[in-house]
Amino acid sequence: MNLYELTINEASGFLRKGEISSKELTGSVLDRIDSVEGKVGAYITVAAESAMKQAGYADSEISKGNITPLTGVPLSIKDLICTKGLRTTCASRILDNFVPPYDASVIKKLKKAGAVIVGKTNMDEFAMGSSTENSGIKVTHNPWDLSCIPGGSSGGSAAAVAANMCLGSLGSDTGGSIRQPASHCGVVGMKPTYGRVSRFGLVAFASSLDQIGPVTKDVIDCGILMNAVSGYDPGDSTSVPEDVPDYTSFCKEGLSGVTVGIPVEYHKAEGLDKNVFAAVKNGISVLEDLGAVCVEVSLPHTKYAVAAYYVIAPSEASSNLARYDGVKYGFRDREKSRLMDMYQSTRSKGFGPEVQRRIILGTYSLSAGYYDAYYKKATQVRTLIMEDFKNAFKACDVILSPVAPTPAFKTGEKTQDPLTMYLSDIFTISANLAGMPGMSIPCGFSAAGLPIGMQLMGKHFNEGILLKTAYNFEQATDFHKKKPKI
Amino acid sequence: MEFESVIGLEIHAQLKTKTKIFCGCSTKFGAPPNTHTCPVCLGMPGVLPVLNKKVVEYSLRMALATNCKINRQSRFARKNYFYPDLPKGYQISQYELPIAENGHVDIEINSHKKRIGITRIHMEEDAGKLTHNPDRPLSMVDFNRTGVPLIEIVSEPDLRSPEEAGAYLRQLRSIVRYLSICDGNMEEGSFRCDANVSIRPIGSETFGTRAELKNLNSFKHVEKALQYEITRQKEILSDGGEVIQETRLWSPDKNRTTSMRSKEEAHDYRYFPDPDLLPLVIDDTWINNVKKSLPELPDERKIRFINKFFLSSNDAEALTSSRELAEYFEECVKQFPNPKQVCNWVMGELLGLLNAEEKTINESPVSTGDLAGLLKLIDKGVISGKIAKTVFEEMAKTGRAPEKIVKEKQLVQVTDVSAIEEVVSKILSNNPKEVEAYKNGKTKLMGFFVGQVMKETRGKANPKIVNEVLKKRLIN
Repeated sequence: MNLYELTINEASGFLRKGEISSKELTGSVLDRIDSVEGKVGAYITVAAESAMKQAGYADSEISKGNITPLTGVPLSIKDLICTKGLRTTCASRILDNFVPPYDASVIKKLKKAGAVIVGKTNMDEFAMGSSTENSGIKVTHNPWDLSCIPGGSSGGSAAAVAANMCLGSLGSDTGGSIRQPASHCGVVGMKPTYGRVSRFGLVAFASSLDQIGPVTKDVIDCGILMNAVSGYDPGDSTSVPEDVPDYTSFCKEGLSGVTVGIPVEYHKAEGLDKNVFAAVKNGISVLEDLGAVCVEVSLPHTKYAVAAYYVIAPSEASSNLARYDGVKYGFRDREKSRLMDMYQSTRSKGFGPEVQRRIILGTYSLSAGYYDAYYKKATQVRTLIMEDFKNAFKACDVILSPVAPTPAFKTGEKTQDPLTMYLSDIFTISANLAGMPGMSIPCGFSAAGLPIGMQLMGKHFNEGILLKTAYNFEQATDFHKKKPKI
Repeated sequence: MEFESVIGLEIHAQLKTKTKIFCGCSTKFGAPPNTHTCPVCLGMPGVLPVLNKKVVEYSLRMALATNCKINRQSRFARKNYFYPDLPKGYQISQYELPIAENGHVDIEINSHKKRIGITRIHMEEDAGKLTHNPDRPLSMVDFNRTGVPLIEIVSEPDLRSPEEAGAYLRQLRSIVRYLSICDGNMEEGSFRCDANVSIRPIGSETFGTRAELKNLNSFKHVEKALQYEITRQKEILSDGGEVIQETRLWSPDKNRTTSMRSKEEAHDYRYFPDPDLLPLVIDDTWINNVKKSLPELPDERKIRFINKFFLSSNDAEALTSSRELAEYFEECVKQFPNPKQVCNWVMGELLGLLNAEEKTINESPVSTGDLAGLLKLIDKGVISGKIAKTVFEEMAKTGRAPEKIVKEKQLVQVTDVSAIEEVVSKILSNNPKEVEAYKNGKTKLMGFFVGQVMKETRGKANPKIVNEVLKKRLIN
């Protein structure tokens, strides 16, 4: 077995016992990146040198007996989480040369835990997209079928984990950006409760929806990373001072007594692929066999979720992205000498078409005279969606649904049709609007051999029950054991 | 047609907190460019604001001092616009739910009290500063000021003349200084004012079209600019024209306002609640704690000065206009309990000196103890009031104690009658013509003789005794 094939949990065990060193492990991952990056295109920046330095440091810590479950473990980071001294581009030309002078809070935590950062992964520009095709830097391919998209926006992270180009990754999820690529690449992804993980240092797309979360090879690893990154941060006013449990401990519990809610609306959703439908249906019966009780629940306002999301997220984005003006950092069109010309040209050349589309959409929604009809209305819909979930959770502990309506589609297939692309977020958007945790776990394969994921959603700060359900499911199935041949 | 003017002021007061409103950087003025900055106030990708509680406390002080209703829940909002001194491309401010609303302050104009409504007070962050070097094709931006806390105090359109506007502005400055929340320095920009002004026929209930005046960076300019604008609008209306809604810039060197932008060119700031900051919740405990910490405010102190020290309303107003001046006065009175005389000296000699040297009361070279000491010397008859003025000048110059100056310069008043009689004899015998004239009825010459005696004694002779001795000798 190659070291790069290890899970975090397995590698950590070997490191602890001194059977392998972090240098060997990190070297193996870097070699793996070398050999498959040309096909997959998961990384924007590979930090081989600093990774090996961190690995050496981790090895010396381990020899002193200072070891955490992440010490010496090579991870990748989505390229919109700031890493001090390591280029952070958000896959945008406008930040092509941006080297942050500080670490995001989650990076500080990972470094403190002794993790090794091997590189920064590709994504849709500023996390706007569902296929990673909107990257302004490069194209990422699905390791299961290189002609397909890896999903998005954390497509680089999911592809890197699936192709063993890192042991785990941190992504970010604003409307499904962790869960949907995890589903398309056959790995585990979790969007934690809003406020569970500090956003400080996460380059903002839509501040009220963004949340950092793990992308991993299995459920235990997800718990390990959750343990490392969760918790209140005084630097993020929206993070919540709620105790952090040991997330791996939930994996020990059984499923009897757990009620799983199946939203009637989701399963009537238009455009739901029959492969996905069959895989999720099978997933439900697996859970029932494990002792869970499945009930129907209703989320009547689901049909408005996509519309509300595509008003709120672009509105916040139009403001969040105003700082990229060419004045302080990043790209500036130096040809222009007048201020307004410089602004316009810098932003027209620096941002890709999807980002510009959303900035225009958001600017419009917030404009005087339209605010009430769009932004305000959307926030009212958001409240209704929260109410829906509150009611649904009266009858169940976990809500189960597909992650995406289809398996990974072909690169280029939907780029000309942004509305269809937006609809692929239909199952994931609600968790962001309501602030609840959501998780994607592998639950089957399409006839074409592409992975399919199912989504578990829980009450606020109840990531534990998602991990418990997912772990039991994982133990009863072997979808997560299949790896793409690459 | 007779018109009246309708004025409302928007005042920005820079709060004197040690650190900025959303990060830990220093607010100190005058540091080298871009040294009081961090990723947060520079608007780096991924940073988040964290509210400085001190800013809330200072704002609460102002809200309570101006009788506002405090919103138990208020929100920060983003005001979106592009400018190089605004690193995030938006200013964090408050919009729909400010920290305080519906307050008032009282002003006094020609002994007439008038209540001016305060619409709202909200917190926001200051922007950076641009400098343009005419010799180089470059503009420089300094972000030291970015994120320095401000409160904006918006008045109701209750002011009816430039004088009222000036009085209101002075009153608010006095309050922020009493509260120790702002320097109140218009020239340095820690206290700024924009004015909305319109005119309407007297008796009309509806407002005319208003102009917003900017760049009013001194008290004098506020009143001058308003006066100019009111006259301008009157001329337009009298000529049958129409005032247009616009923002106008005051040019202090040209003494006129010019159009900056019209209503159509006005920004759409696209305000929306800032998702990075939670709603600000203020409970009764917090409000009560701030209430307890409030100092005596100018109006309360003025009334106390009138009742306790029997000062005139004008004197009390002037002495309480600044907290430091009022404290200086009270400290003096403690040591020399004759409030009227202390008042005369503080308002006359002391303020005269400070104004001439452009100093504040805190920089006074004369301490309260020394001023009281000087007044004691007069009271005991050691020196005359006239000599006291010379001594005061010396005190101001050297900062030395009055007793020492009097002793060293031998300025002790001559009250010895026989010594004065000796000088009088000398003066009379030296001026036989004038004595003759006096005796023939030219009694105005008394002043001449007194002057000569004082000159001879270098001002030290007790004037009362000099007069008495002279009269006695000249009549005989």
